Amino acid sequence: MGIAFKGRDLISIKDLTKDELLYIMNSTSKIKGNNLLKGKILASLFFEPSTRTKLSFESAMSKLGGSVIGFGSPQITSIAKGESLHDTMKMVESYGDIIVMRHPIDGSVRYAAEAVEIPVINAGDGVNQHPTQTLVDIYTIRKIIGRLDNLTIGFIGDMKYGRTIHSLAYALSHFKTKMFFISPKELRMPEHYMEELHDRKVKFFEVEELSKISNHLDILYVTRIQKERFPDPVDYERFRGIYRIDKNTLKNCKPSLKIMHPLPRVDEITMDIDNTQNAIYFEQARNGVIIRKVLLALILGAIK
Amino acid sequence: MKEYKISAIKEGTVIDHITPESTFKVIEILSLNKNTEVISVANNLKSSRLGEKGIVKIGSKFLEEEEVNKIALIAPNATLNIIKNYKVIEKIKLRIPEKIEGIVRCFNPNCITNFDKMNTKFNVISNGSIKLVCIYCERSMKKQDITLL
Repeated sequence: MGIAFKGRDLISIKDLTKDELLYIMNSTSKIKGNNLLKGKILASLFFEPSTRTKLSFESAMSKLGGSVIGFGSPQITSIAKGESLHDTMKMVESYGDIIVMRHPIDGSVRYAAEAVEIPVINAGDGVNQHPTQTLVDIYTIRKIIGRLDNLTIGFIGDMKYGRTIHSLAYALSHFKTKMFFISPKELRMPEHYMEELHDRKVKFFEVEELSKISNHLDILYVTRIQKERFPDPVDYERFRGIYRIDKNTLKNCKPSLKIMHPLPRVDEITMDIDNTQNAIYFEQARNGVIIRKVLLALILGAIK
Repeated sequence: MKEYKISAIKEGTVIDHITPESTFKVIEILSLNKNTEVISVANNLKSSRLGEKGIVKIGSKFLEEEEVNKIALIAPNATLNIIKNYKVIEKIKLRIPEKIEGIVRCFNPNCITNFDKMNTKFNVISNGSIKLVCIYCERSMKKQDITLL
């Protein structure tokens, strides 16, 4: 069977085969001109705050000649009046050609996609999935390092609640990669994700200190300790700033190490790293628009 | 001589080879406490296959597919015998379904299925032990995490 995206939902990175991941990345060259999506409407539904994901989707849509409707905070909509998610989706369906949605409840975007006929792209559901960020991440790795196989990747920070890490580790399991999960015990990678990686024959290790393994890494993927995921602010205070990547950290690393971060950062990476050749997180953020252009164009059938 | 601990039934269903810790769960999930027909239960019987086993005999009751699926989840080694006129007319070996809808609660409190009025849906992975993967929040549950709706 050939690869086809027209009309499809993108809810989980697990919905994509390895060939489909590569196909999306290889489709960036098909994006030409500024009117591929002329006359199409993106409904951008953000039930939870977002800057990068929301703006990059909206920018991608506008740059391809389409238009955008939606909201960035549910307080201003009838959801605040108690409307069910199902009903909100049914209403939006008649206004747009494609929906991009973020929601704080796990699994809500797949449920929303079941309610409507038009395609839905998941822009983050609770602690579960964020597949477009993952596509941006692997696209960035391949573009800068030139390969996805034979890489050693360290993930550092919050392994427990970091959905970008969960999605990215899964996507990289299609390739020959070795992974280190670097976190305090309390923010360890949840057991069920590790079981899944184990079932997929991924080589991975858990460590608490970066310095023990830093010289092995080709990529260091840094994440923020997410304040909003901690029910108790005292716990958050204990862990914030526990890992800080600065120029000293780099001394023990391969000179070719690349540092990634899905952003926003708080204080995990000091600003003196920004201008080193190791930092690729701003390029990573820039790649958000091209990958989202490709996804919108493929799913709306403007390119094949 | 074979010793019968509980009497035969004329018509109905015999659920045999239940692992002893699941016998009373079978009674619970089939809501047999509300059943007015004759029900016999025995537990911790010697079994050549399991070591020990439980058995439940339910008069005049033939199970629905959903009920069979529920039993398969909690007692996958059990056998179902359909009895008519004191004779076993059909033996059914339980098979765990590949997908389960609406029987089990997702154990993730932040899963959408615990917020909206909707059916739960799980993919069943069974290679030795059973795992249920929620198609919505993608969390996987082991047997001990499973609670029935």
